[in-house]
Amino acid sequence: MEPFTTFRAVGVPIDIANCDTDQIIPARFLRYLPEDGGGYDRYLFHDLRFDAAGDETDFIYNRAPYRDARILVADLNWGCGSSRENAVYVLVANGIRSVIAPSFGDIHYNNCMKHGVLPVRLERAACDRLRRQLHDRPGAEIAVDLVAQTVTGPDGDVYRFEIDAFDKERMLKGLDDIALTRQYDPQFEAFEKKHRELYDWL
Amino acid sequence: MTGKTLFEKIWERHVVTERDDGQTLLYIDRHLAHDGSFNAFRRLRRLGLPVRRPDQTFATPDHYVPTHTADLDGLPDPKAREIVKAIDANAADFGVHIFPWGDRRQGIAHVVGPEQGITLPGLMMVCGDSHTSTHGALGCLAFGIGASEVAHVLATQTLWQRRPKTMRISVEGTLGFGATAKDVILTIIREIGTAGGTGHAIEYAGEAIRALSMEGRLTLCNMTIEAGSRFGIVAPDETTYRYVEGRPFAPAGEKWQRALAFWKTLPSDADARFDREVVLDCATIAPMVTWGNSPQDAEQVTGRVPDPAAEADPDRRHAIEQALDYMGLTAGQAIRDIAVDKVFIGACTNARIEDLRAAAAVAKGRRAKVQALVVPGSGLVKEQAEREGLDRIFTEAGFEWRLPGCSMCVANNGDMLKPGERSASTSNRNFRGRQGPGGRTHLVSPAMAAAAAITGHFTDVRELMEER
Repeated sequence: MEPFTTFRAVGVPIDIANCDTDQIIPARFLRYLPEDGGGYDRYLFHDLRFDAAGDETDFIYNRAPYRDARILVADLNWGCGSSRENAVYVLVANGIRSVIAPSFGDIHYNNCMKHGVLPVRLERAACDRLRRQLHDRPGAEIAVDLVAQTVTGPDGDVYRFEIDAFDKERMLKGLDDIALTRQYDPQFEAFEKKHRELYDWL
Repeated sequence: MTGKTLFEKIWERHVVTERDDGQTLLYIDRHLAHDGSFNAFRRLRRLGLPVRRPDQTFATPDHYVPTHTADLDGLPDPKAREIVKAIDANAADFGVHIFPWGDRRQGIAHVVGPEQGITLPGLMMVCGDSHTSTHGALGCLAFGIGASEVAHVLATQTLWQRRPKTMRISVEGTLGFGATAKDVILTIIREIGTAGGTGHAIEYAGEAIRALSMEGRLTLCNMTIEAGSRFGIVAPDETTYRYVEGRPFAPAGEKWQRALAFWKTLPSDADARFDREVVLDCATIAPMVTWGNSPQDAEQVTGRVPDPAAEADPDRRHAIEQALDYMGLTAGQAIRDIAVDKVFIGACTNARIEDLRAAAAVAKGRRAKVQALVVPGSGLVKEQAEREGLDRIFTEAGFEWRLPGCSMCVANNGDMLKPGERSASTSNRNFRGRQGPGGRTHLVSPAMAAAAAITGHFTDVRELMEER
């Protein structure tokens, strides 16, 4: 996993509350993986970006300079719904490294972290403000600093965010979960032995 | 010292280790895999790792299987065929349990787990599917995870998690005529919102919940994720024990007695504290229909589509306008005036025997006006329904009797809506395009779906029931 320390990029406002993972990537594309090739990046927001004939709509992510954005600023409950991790693969395929939102679907939040995409929870008023600034100044940049746990808006205002210490460590170092967990093998063996004695009916 | 909640009792028994920062390594008793888990297995192969405890993973294909033919070549897409077949190879190579395509035990993972006794009270369970919350109906902790977490569970039989907060939703009183578990959960989601349970584990309690059958509780817990929470739990009781006893992977004999003694210690203590409490009165619950693109957009069948102009909150007003536009509805339209093009009875929400009985009771002796698919949740549900003659009731009423799978809930196998088409669906998500690009989904109970099939529009099923 690519480590995340600081990241500065053009931001795109996504003004959709409860944007579910079906909107981020429709289910019919789940059968493909980025390694299959074939323009995986096009699946992001596919049915919002393309009409039935396959032509581009005026959805904001289709428009320059937002098309080059690598930070999303979203609304409440971003990534709710299905557990599909493809909703993160498709962000990565578009170079998106961070999503800033007032709240996230719990599963999607965890999934983001596995691929070096930093989910940042900021207060709703801050997210509203950032989105407004991105609308007013197309192409404006946002900076996300995981070390300092801050977001710097286009106007230079700084917002602090909270993140679990363990998540932060894993993101900063780009640690692989499985390798890390294997370090706890002695605890695992001891736990499992006891667990199987206690619940021998299982 | 205050007492403990059901959630805390199970969680604490599965902590392998807890770090100072609160991150917990949890032991996973049982893991369910489905055809859509293929990328997790692929990751394992790439890392060259075995499944640590193959006996604790149970696989069955559901997301991509065809429902109109047993022949996988009937799938419209070669990639889907490949995915359904891959699960057999993955199960064989890694040595996990499998209920393969064509096996009578095959079905939707969330139907198969409880049915086989894989799901048991007190366990910690996961599956790479958000509707894993379903299994909490039996008094276990079961939650949906992403593909990387699935690979982690396969490789280590554990998962890193931070303990969620707890919420208790008590539903008091007795459910009225025609109101079902589906209507209870749609009412709850409307009440607390689709993010109402985010970061929380929900325990459902109260007189109306205790009175629910196991099928009803499974429906209720299934849609917990639509309220934002990964965990929906109901305390185990006699209903649970009666359901579990004698199932293939459930304990038997002396082991059953020991398990039972343990399970009886699980319900939340009387003085247990929850971070949040919500109380609902059953008197407010009636057959529901969703009108928008979020499960919280629900209304009673006797009600009307909301008028955005009457909404004070500008964000909410905008959201309603967008939903009405996508759904092709007009403000203030009576729900009963909405005509449907297609009816889907199935999904991990409502594809169990009791659901099919409820739909068949409405369909019996009547005739469907629109295409209606009935997709049983598993091969065993299908067999039982056929023993009871439900398949004939459905087919005589013009409904299509299909093979088990996720089908039109996720629209991955060719069962889907065309752009602009409208469904009455017993599934759990009415998101834009969920049942096909441009498709319009309305969530209802099985009886309400059958009523819509018979009349061609949303109908208060209580009227059809009263005619009997």
